[in-house]
Amino acid sequence: MNLTLHVWRQNGPADEGRFVTYRVEGASAHMSFLEMLDHLNEQLIKKGEDPIAFDSDCREGICGMCGFMINGEPHGPLPATTVCQLHMRHYQDGDELWLEPWRAAGFPVIKDLVVDRSAFDRIIAAGGYISVRTGSAPEANSTRVPKINADAAMDAAECIACGACVAACPNASAMLFTAAKVAHLALLPQGQPERYLRVVEMVNQQDADFGHCTNHGACQNACPKAISTDYIAMLNGDLRRAKFRRPTDLD
Amino acid sequence: MELNARIPAGPIQQKWDNHRFNLKLVNPANKRRHDIIVVGSGLAGASAAATMGELGYKVHCFCFQDSPRRAHSIAAQGGINAAKDYTNEGDSIWRLFYDTVKGGDYRAREANVYRLAQISVNIIDQCVAQGVPFARDYAGYLDNRSFGGAQVSRTFYARGQTGQQLLLGAYQALQRQVKLGNVKMYTRHEMLDLVVVDGAARGIVTRDLVTGAITSHVADAVVLATGGYSNVFYLSTNARGCNATAIWRAYKKGAGFANPCFTQIHPTAIPPHGEGQSKLTLMSESLRNDGRVWVPKTPGDKRPPNEIPESERDYYLERLYPSFGNLVPRDVASRRAKEMVDQGKGVGPSGIGVYLDFRDAIQRLGRTVIEERYGNLFDMYMNITGENPYEVPMRIYPAPHYTMGGLWVDYNLMSTIPGLHVIGEANFSDHGANRLGASALMQGLADGYFIIPLTIGDYLATARPAKLDASHPAFREAEAAVREQTRRLLSINGSRTVTEFHRELGSIMWNYCGMARTAQGLEKALDLVRDLRQQFWEDVKVPGDSGNINMELEHASRVADFLELGELMCRDALHRNESAGGHFREEYQTPEGEAKRNDEEFAYVAVWEYAGPDAPPVLHKEPLEFEYVHLAQRSYK
Repeated sequence: MNLTLHVWRQNGPADEGRFVTYRVEGASAHMSFLEMLDHLNEQLIKKGEDPIAFDSDCREGICGMCGFMINGEPHGPLPATTVCQLHMRHYQDGDELWLEPWRAAGFPVIKDLVVDRSAFDRIIAAGGYISVRTGSAPEANSTRVPKINADAAMDAAECIACGACVAACPNASAMLFTAAKVAHLALLPQGQPERYLRVVEMVNQQDADFGHCTNHGACQNACPKAISTDYIAMLNGDLRRAKFRRPTDLD
Repeated sequence: MELNARIPAGPIQQKWDNHRFNLKLVNPANKRRHDIIVVGSGLAGASAAATMGELGYKVHCFCFQDSPRRAHSIAAQGGINAAKDYTNEGDSIWRLFYDTVKGGDYRAREANVYRLAQISVNIIDQCVAQGVPFARDYAGYLDNRSFGGAQVSRTFYARGQTGQQLLLGAYQALQRQVKLGNVKMYTRHEMLDLVVVDGAARGIVTRDLVTGAITSHVADAVVLATGGYSNVFYLSTNARGCNATAIWRAYKKGAGFANPCFTQIHPTAIPPHGEGQSKLTLMSESLRNDGRVWVPKTPGDKRPPNEIPESERDYYLERLYPSFGNLVPRDVASRRAKEMVDQGKGVGPSGIGVYLDFRDAIQRLGRTVIEERYGNLFDMYMNITGENPYEVPMRIYPAPHYTMGGLWVDYNLMSTIPGLHVIGEANFSDHGANRLGASALMQGLADGYFIIPLTIGDYLATARPAKLDASHPAFREAEAAVREQTRRLLSINGSRTVTEFHRELGSIMWNYCGMARTAQGLEKALDLVRDLRQQFWEDVKVPGDSGNINMELEHASRVADFLELGELMCRDALHRNESAGGHFREEYQTPEGEAKRNDEEFAYVAVWEYAGPDAPPVLHKEPLEFEYVHLAQRSYK
């Protein structure tokens, strides 16, 4: 299968960046999208050109390292699929594709399709945890968790922090990412003591690097783990309650 | 090289307790005066960095990914073992200990394994308290399932994403310490050398993968948590970035490398599709709880699976191992799959694969239950192959997955270089010649949360490392060596890409040092690997420069190390004239085709010492003594 790719090339944060057109020949339908790019890069290296920089690691859709826009869609056209799990059989010979890095002020481009997502780590550092010292945990089965809550917490906890939600959002908001962690911990009994403090701290930190959420819902469509915007509603509920509590209630 | 395992005295049940009492402590106020480097941020590294930071040490944690949350532990699917016996099946610490020693084909150190089984119960408590959303039953209690090599259900799981959830728990604890200022995180940094001063590990040299800056970092102790080396096979279930560089460069600075030939080939991965393949994808062992493995009875039977009648199917694991059935340990299941394919009974377009069939389970339990248990794995399978496993059986084939070998460590998890500690998959200690499913997560977290934070204090209090800074000549020399290697890789400008060399190395290792090995094949592999290494340094093409992101340069430096490590693996496999666990030498097998150990001659850990670029490594032996588990021919019949 042969393809035409227009790839965003940007040699470092200071470079202006531009689309460069490449012809990919001899890709197979069994290849994943990233294997197709590997294939192109091998050809570029042989020709003495600079290969296209893109992030990837596990290549099974769980590490969250990969991700870029294909024809304006984060991770490409398949629902609930990372780009490493997108296979070329979904494309046809002769297709023309535009590849761009995540577009968001909170994710500065480092090179080509590689962006800096350290803002996500800062959101988690702001409060995305339960403060338990190693060694001080009680017997595991002494805390019962209704299955329905455990399942809902797991649905939220599946977030892989790839950044597709931010890239899809017209405001470049990271609210789905933030809400997934807020909800995961708020749904569990272990997360209650820090629940309201956590949501305030995490939202403040998200606001430092990302835009506000105005309920477009594009994030949910783009999410490779199909995380629901219901969790954003839940976050908003908690945030409102947190704002109306007296400081002494924030325990 | 002296191998003192420092196993505490006393009955095995009391060794760890006694040892904890005997360990020297660092006063809480003094802990903040000690800098500790942790390389790697997977389950072992993140849990160690978080816990040591919490104790008050100044921790510097490094990872090559853009965030510590992406380390490859995240991809572990099936679960984590613990001797909780919530299922009332008679499980115990003793049984988990026994299963692990037996599963490892009696090539692990008893005292370490017993400690691991003891700590397993604390890990579950800790993770639940952190909010890890383990699967629960309708009463809200924790649920369990079974894994290979065990006849009890002791595996805790979070759908098919247990590794992800455990890693996120550790990562969140780590980020909390980052916020508190106890841990400094260095992302997109790769360790390229270990610095040894006056015989002790005192720091590392790293390359910033974004700017290319080569920098020294000084500490009082170094902890490597850099995972395994399955990517020596090129195609493996490991993430693309997984590499042996940190442990290999430590080996070249004097750390003993133990049992390098003990590698695990996992039985249930999606078969390779052919050209351009960049990695293999695992299908969790938990699928063997409900899936039945079979091949057609007649070689060359090309009918679609649903047209092959029951009477013409060979459920060979159930036939050969009636008591463990489809849940035999990984080494056994892999070897039998290879045997079926070698007999021409392989399935799928390439003939490389066997069926894992859920038809009966779907009939018995209904599709909803199967979906709930394995839904994400089925989706992943469908994505990759385009086939629907609810309707046609999955095709699976073994793939390199885990390495039991690694840097040698004593009971304190310290290598043969004082101050250099090694935890998680990067060390060799607990799994012998074959790791049981759901035990890697257990070991990573045991080492990181509960062992290294205590034993490192003993080292610091005993060794009392002197103050030092990066102007010391040892750091200057290490930096110069790293710069020189980078320059050399970029200047060769040959005709073959790094991936071409890596793929070729992988195929040599898979063919001669994979699931079945022979003395003759290994001799040949030694020549082939040496030859390939020479070609690499003459003909590799690494584009670009070192002042920017250069993924080809990163890959080249890793492959350079794999090309040396591959040779050591073959050498170790050749010297071990027995079969044990994942190391199957065709010359040594029982009449039924099982691995045949030679306990008289080989009940030891083989520890290799680097002797320079032109001299063969020196073999040292740590004898293994079995006081509590009776050495026997492993049987899963």
